[in-house]
This record gives sequence, structure tokens and C-alpha cells, in this order.
Amino acid sequence: MWDRNQMAARAAKEIKNGMYVNLGIGIPTLVSNFIPNDINITLQSENGMLGMGPFPSKENVDPDLINAGKQTITELKKTSYFSSADSFAMIRGGHIDMAILGAMEVSEKGDLANWMIPGKLVKGMGGAMDLVSGVKRVIVIMDHTNKKGESKFLKKCSLPLTGKNVVNSVITNLGMFDIAEKGVKVLEIAEGSSIEDIKKSTEAQIIN
Amino acid sequence: MKKVFHSAEQAINGLIFDGMKIAAGGFGLCGIPEELITALKLSGVNNLTIASNNAGVDDFGIGLLLQSKQVKKMISSYVGENSEFMRQYLSGELEIEFNPQGTLAERMRAGGAGIPGFYTKTGVGTVIAEGKEHKDFNGQTYILEEAFVADLSIVKAWKGDEEGNLIYRKTARNFNPVAATCGKNCIAEVEELVPVGSIDPDHIHTPGIFVNRIFLGNHEKRIENMTLSE
Repeated sequence: MWDRNQMAARAAKEIKNGMYVNLGIGIPTLVSNFIPNDINITLQSENGMLGMGPFPSKENVDPDLINAGKQTITELKKTSYFSSADSFAMIRGGHIDMAILGAMEVSEKGDLANWMIPGKLVKGMGGAMDLVSGVKRVIVIMDHTNKKGESKFLKKCSLPLTGKNVVNSVITNLGMFDIAEKGVKVLEIAEGSSIEDIKKSTEAQIIN
Repeated sequence: MKKVFHSAEQAINGLIFDGMKIAAGGFGLCGIPEELITALKLSGVNNLTIASNNAGVDDFGIGLLLQSKQVKKMISSYVGENSEFMRQYLSGELEIEFNPQGTLAERMRAGGAGIPGFYTKTGVGTVIAEGKEHKDFNGQTYILEEAFVADLSIVKAWKGDEEGNLIYRKTARNFNPVAATCGKNCIAEVEELVPVGSIDPDHIHTPGIFVNRIFLGNHEKRIENMTLSE
């Protein structure tokens, strides 16, 4: 079974030299810790920055410099800043190669729900709907089951959708999966897990 | 007409009325028009509709206007940091229209550019698309989103000159340039107010034509989520 860091490390392997990548809040943020030094990639932050650097030291904190999670951040030599309209022109216009996001539910058709639980949690979608509709490849990182042990990998999402037919790949504590034409394809099984474990914890159709 | 005013209170004078629509710049607490928000609070203007990506926190930013119940409706993409917001929304006191972040930015951009609406793929197949016109282009489905035009835009810039030309700093730019364009009037508060000619014309982000009033502010610039390297 993969922990948070192992899931993030697995996602980092999908990032290739030269890519422009947007990382969501939560486990996706950890992905940047596992990007190999020998590749050159650029992180986009949808609040208006390309070329996001690491978190600052205490002396370098700047209230005018934050990421989309409102965390203080630093710039790099290659950094550029722009307005929210330009930022989403990049996203909506298909200029960003990859987005890595968290999820509450994913369906076998690639539907994603990650912004709202009616009557309970009403925070908003932020930039997630724009990202999943515009970015070239969407990877979801999530726990395979919820706290009650119920599958989050479903035939059909029960929560309001963030996007329909938008997810390409899913990384969970049990392994890595692709959303294929006829269902979910298991690409990799996490150490300590098995195809039987995966089938038991997955409501979605597995086609292996 | 002279654009320079001496305070937020003076700058909003004559431009505010109950039930008005406001577009505000800022992302989280970064680049928000702090002094204008306080001036709106003190003015007592109410029944406001505010388009702003976020709603501040309980005791800062637009949260101040929620506290005093001056807001009727928020148009935002994310309001997760504000518990008073959540309380008012769940009890039915406050209306919220969620807009995807890019759609909100583009609605302001279009509003300022005289474009009444635009088609986007964002939100197709979700509740956001319900009741909106759908149209196919090149085999893909898009929805029609309408522009947002405000009675008043309130923005925060780093530097501005007496003509209203503005420069923003780092990620404090965010929604400010688009918010500045979509108001029938726009007020900018700046950290530095400089004489005309001090800013290189090639470095101006918002040309002064979009800005009606400008004043020098005194900003707290609160940090919402201080995160340090280990």
C-alpha cells in the first residue's frame, strides 16, 4: 500500500522534461518534492504565476507572492506573473500539459467530483472545473476508499461533478489506473496490495 | 477631471448606493483593496452583490462586509476560508453564485471589453451548465456564459500615477486588471502614488483610461497561510 508520499512520487514519474504542470491542493502539492533534478519543468499556479519556486525562508516571505492554496511561495529566475484572465487562457486554451488534482469520487468514465458535498461542505470549485476541461492530461490522486471503507472509484459519481469524462489516470494507495474506453485499466499495483484487493475495493468496472 | 483623492472614504463618495454591483480584485487576501472594503463597511451601504474570487476571512477582506451583513449575494469561485460566510449561506441569509475561477475572470474581462457573453467548455456536464445555452463547435460542446458588468470596481495596485496608470506586483495582480475594466467606475488604491512620467509606459499593466479615482492607501497585507521551507 502506498502512503501519501509514495502516491505523490508515483505521480511525479508521469511528469516529463519540458512540461508545464498545475498541481492541486493537498497530496498533489507533495508531487513537487519528487520531481527528478535532471528534468526541467515549469509549475503553473492559477492565481497568476508560471515558474513556482519552493516555500520561502522566514526572511524571504512576501505577502504579494502566494500560490493557489494561499501559501507563501518564492519565484525562480524564469518566473512570470500575469492576470487571472491570462492564467485561465493558458489553462482553458490547452497550453498546460498536465494537472494533478485530488478527488472525492471518480467514475469509470472519467467523471470527477471534488468540489461539493450538498448540505455539508460548500467551498467552491476554485479553478478545478477550468483545469479539468482545458488541460491536456488530468491525473487524480486520492485514497481508494473513504473512511467507512467504501469505494471512491465508482461506476457513477454520487456527488455534484467537477467535470464529465475528464480524468485520464488515477493514483490511489492501491495502485495506478488508466480510464480506458471500456472501464478502468490497472497499470500498476502498489507493494502489499493485489489485484484481488483492488477488485474488492473498486466499484468501477476493471477490465484487466 | 482630477483623479487623485485623499482617502478611501473620499474616493467612494457619490459612487455608492444600496443594491449596487461591485467587482473586487484580489485572490485570497493577496492584492485585495483593503481600504476600500473598510470604507464600504463604514459607509453602511447594503444589499450588495459582490463579484470576487474569494470572500476574505472572518475578520479581514470581504469578510468584514459579511460580518456587518451588507452583502446580499456573492459571485465567487472559492469561499472555504470563511466560517461566517458558511453560516450565513447555510442559514439562507446570503446568496452565493459559484463561478469556476476562469469563468469569473473571463466574465469580468468580457464585461470590460464590451463582449456580452462567451462560450466555454468549463462546467459542461455539471450543475454550472444547467439552464445555459449549449452549442457545439468542431465536435465539442460549450456553454454560453454572460459577461459581468459592475456599478463599481475596487482594485489594489502596487504603483499608480496621477493619470490612473497602474502596475501590480507579483501574484497580487490576479483579478485586479480584469476587475478594473468591468466597472462603470473604478477606484484604485495603491501603495505608491507617483507623478505622471515616473512609470515607464511599457511597464503599465492597467492603462489609466480604466481608472476613475485613485488614492494612496496604507495596507496591512495580511498573510493567510504562512508556509516556510524546512
